[in-house]
Amino acid sequence: MNEVQRKKQFGFVSSINGSLIEIKGLENQVRLSDLVRVNNILGEVIQIYSDHVIAQLFENTNNLKLNQKVTSLQEPLSMELGPGLLGTIFDGIQRPLEATLLQSTTGGFLERGADLPSLSRTKKWLFKPLKKVDDSVNTGHVIGFVQETPLIKHKILVPVGVSGTLTYIAEEGEYTIVDELYRVKSGSNEKTFNMFQKWPITKNRPYKSRSYPHEPLITGIRTIDLLFPIVKGGTVAVPGGFGTGKTVIQQSLAKWCDADVIVFVGCGERGNEIADVLKQFTEIIDPKSGRPLLERIVLIANTSNMPVSAREASIFSGVTIGEYYRDMGYDVAVLADSTSRWAESLREISGLLEEMPAEEGYPAYLPSKISSFYERAGVVNIYSDEDSSNFGSLTIIGSVSPPSGDFSEPVTSTTKRFVQAFWALDANLAYSKHYPAINWLKSYSKYPDFISDWWYERDVYWPEIDIDWNECRKEINNILSQENELKNVTQLVGEENLPEDQQFILFISKLIRNSFLIQNAFDPIDCFTDIKKLIEFTKIILLLYHEGQQLIAQGYLIDDIKDIKVVDYILRIGQSVPNDQLAEIEQLRKDLSYEIESLKLIHGALKKK
Amino acid sequence: MSVIYRKIKQIIGPLLFLENKHDVQYGEIVKIRSVDGSERTGQVVKMNEDMITIEVFEDTSGLSSENASITFTEDSFKIKISSDMFGRVFNSLGKPIDINTKQELDTELLTEVDRDINGLPINPFARDYPSEVIQTGISVIDGLFTLIRGQKLPIFSGQGLPHNLLAAQIVTQAKVLTEEPFLIIFCGIGIIQDEAIFFMKRFQESGNIQNIISFINFADDPIMERLIIPRVALTTAEYFAFEKDMHVLVILIDMTNYAEALRELSSAKEEIPSRKGYPGYLYTDFASIYERTGRIKGKKGTITQIPILTMPNDDISHPIPDTTGYITEGQLVLNRNLDKTGIYPPFEVLASISRLMKDAIGKNTTREDHADVSSQLLSSYSASLETRDLISIVGEDGLNYNQKALLRFGNEFERSFLNQGDKEERDINKTLDIAWKALSSIPRNQLFRIHHEFLDKYYIGGV
Repeated sequence: MNEVQRKKQFGFVSSINGSLIEIKGLENQVRLSDLVRVNNILGEVIQIYSDHVIAQLFENTNNLKLNQKVTSLQEPLSMELGPGLLGTIFDGIQRPLEATLLQSTTGGFLERGADLPSLSRTKKWLFKPLKKVDDSVNTGHVIGFVQETPLIKHKILVPVGVSGTLTYIAEEGEYTIVDELYRVKSGSNEKTFNMFQKWPITKNRPYKSRSYPHEPLITGIRTIDLLFPIVKGGTVAVPGGFGTGKTVIQQSLAKWCDADVIVFVGCGERGNEIADVLKQFTEIIDPKSGRPLLERIVLIANTSNMPVSAREASIFSGVTIGEYYRDMGYDVAVLADSTSRWAESLREISGLLEEMPAEEGYPAYLPSKISSFYERAGVVNIYSDEDSSNFGSLTIIGSVSPPSGDFSEPVTSTTKRFVQAFWALDANLAYSKHYPAINWLKSYSKYPDFISDWWYERDVYWPEIDIDWNECRKEINNILSQENELKNVTQLVGEENLPEDQQFILFISKLIRNSFLIQNAFDPIDCFTDIKKLIEFTKIILLLYHEGQQLIAQGYLIDDIKDIKVVDYILRIGQSVPNDQLAEIEQLRKDLSYEIESLKLIHGALKKK
Repeated sequence: MSVIYRKIKQIIGPLLFLENKHDVQYGEIVKIRSVDGSERTGQVVKMNEDMITIEVFEDTSGLSSENASITFTEDSFKIKISSDMFGRVFNSLGKPIDINTKQELDTELLTEVDRDINGLPINPFARDYPSEVIQTGISVIDGLFTLIRGQKLPIFSGQGLPHNLLAAQIVTQAKVLTEEPFLIIFCGIGIIQDEAIFFMKRFQESGNIQNIISFINFADDPIMERLIIPRVALTTAEYFAFEKDMHVLVILIDMTNYAEALRELSSAKEEIPSRKGYPGYLYTDFASIYERTGRIKGKKGTITQIPILTMPNDDISHPIPDTTGYITEGQLVLNRNLDKTGIYPPFEVLASISRLMKDAIGKNTTREDHADVSSQLLSSYSASLETRDLISIVGEDGLNYNQKALLRFGNEFERSFLNQGDKEERDINKTLDIAWKALSSIPRNQLFRIHHEFLDKYYIGGV
């Protein structure tokens, strides 16, 4: 019996074409997406015919021969989920790159067929149980926890679909992830579990129910937090041609956004960028905990010269790890740089399969693949032992690299249909050194209404300008779009020949662009603007705007307003006022009111004469 | 025992089809010997139970279904490497050649190692972030867009622009500023014979030829050889960098010819094209060349690449420069108008960038004022170009004092900083001194980007 079964799981290579192989003898044994192994190289079944199956191998196929033995592993590509993920760098199919390096004989190069467990089998973790024998447990219940890094407590969850009574649980102590940790008995069945579980990458991890997003993901980037906000559980696309700063935005998000766990997927990008990320995240210290940022990050690296077929998997690998931490109740952000390279890997494989292409050679199923990725974001009510609701969220931020910066190409235009926010990066802004180069006319976010209540509760009350976050952003948007309308007229007649009130709009919008929108990601103060500073910064600009409008209406000249001294200080708030010294903005506010009052007094006096 | 076939079923361009009769390896190299005695090399690119498809690296004309014998070598494409290679010229198969006759030479060279030309990707975890400088002796590169060891920094040129002259100048002048061994690998892809002879002449004159290994693929060589030659060059580079501890600078010229060969092969294989007929895997294929650059933790050597390409129609959004720009760490762009005004090298300064320089320049590596000066030059030059546009509206008399100063700076910058003799070598001190001379046309209080201590030390203009 056993012999027969094992025999059945072998097949033979009957054709090779690039990364695709055709296998005979397995057609009745494998399921779609099952893994196969040839000569230590892993592959995934992508088509099944009556007399053969086609598999895509995750590595270079050189030196393979026809009739070589193929083993079916009888399971789809799965992630190992357990302690040891954080701070580790994996390739697209979750092989640990550091361990690969240590084992390597080529010194620094990636050999084919490295066969290593994703998570260390020998490292010991201090486990603290939370349950007792005879407790009844169910999917997602927390058995105990491990302090994975000083920043993150890793909860050991009962795997999906398991329920019953605990018949054994390990005492507090040090265990490896393969040691027996607990046993669950259901009916007459008793099963043993350890610290890690496996989950197929293309399958969504289940949750109790989906919830409505209501909390913003604070990024510290002013343009985003005020004008184009995202929520915890939201989706964003960041498209931009080369040199527009996609990677810098992704890296600042990874550094400063207020998610608990970050999964950074470097997908088909530069090797030196990964080296940069690793270096920076080891050096940068989280201001809240005083620990290196690397301790909240899982890195997945498939650089542009690593095998293309593993690139396709890398994005889903990242999301699966993200969902796992979401199920512990954390806010997780998955940053994918760049989804275009991933789409290109789909195109390449589709081309090898000789499928009928849709636009620009991309396969017709591109939209469904893109949507299956972004749809895994969301705020969900997770399974947990408490009766009350427990939430976790997964936010997806994907950058897109449109060829020659053209947003009408298939990947950008398709992605736009499935994301709720869109930060369009603009080459002209980047050339004029306006960073972040987010074009305020082409970008959008559908989230402001979801989170206006959240902001309302955190509003800073200024009696002289009684508006909340949502109204602030509407006004700023309004000023910027008025500027855009005036641009054409200005080019014809020159700025000096416009009426005073229109000149004032140009003046304020220039102030907004140069002080508020431009933000230096490498400046120690400017790199992160917290919510309170954001609101006060916006309000002081709008205060100037409101007062200025009144003055102009009363017949004052634009030059009077340009001469106000506080303007110079407002220009520098981004770089000069740290988040914890907002009294300086309060002082500016007083000075501004004072200057405007005295302006009125002088003119009043002049008029009386 | 290697297997020999005597019958070819089909020949389509560079592709041969054979009936599958033995245990062939995927990617195996085959030798095709025709009755007239010529030998060609090919590689297995596709195989199933009936048929083997072979891509031939050389010209296939003259082959018939019966006049050749095909030997399977049971090996992948390898190149022989040794330190005998210094100062010599090779073809795409790694054989020494005479560039005046294009003939292979009979010289037997030592073989230290055999290496597979496809190499292996560098483990991202093993990479070290590049942070040391290579000096090219060209002011605009060293001053504004510093080349870093381990960087890939392409030059986007156009037909008729002096990129050959520039390439020769870089090859003959480039040096690391330390006492470590430095090697240049020059790889000509689809270049014409006159150009090849020009390059060799310049290399010889420089007296530096012993530090240069050249690989030349002529414009009339078969396209398959064009696709191999950068890989042969980079495999050689990897050996000397990571096993012999040398700093290696690789010049690839012209990548446009490479991409066109790739397109030609792709259409012969009847693949589905993406933009402008180039295959969808252009990005991945380029990456497999450009990414063979960098530093590896624990190794002394580095590989730096300067790929040079000509933009068809000077269009920077064409797939070739566009795809390249997405992979490389910056770009240097040449400008036709500047070239017409007689400025050499005609760099379009505002469109160029070197992304890795910010961490690598300054007090301990180049000079303390370097970062400030380069940032000030860029911003003032950009302002001076705007001022030039203004003249056409208001006339030169309508400019104010500061604008006139900017104008003077712009001219001085182009004439003395950008402009440089094609054999003139300037070290970083000289480059920065020239920069200060140009900057001194501008009133001191207008130089916002330079710290006062450097202004005190270096500014030589009036008050």
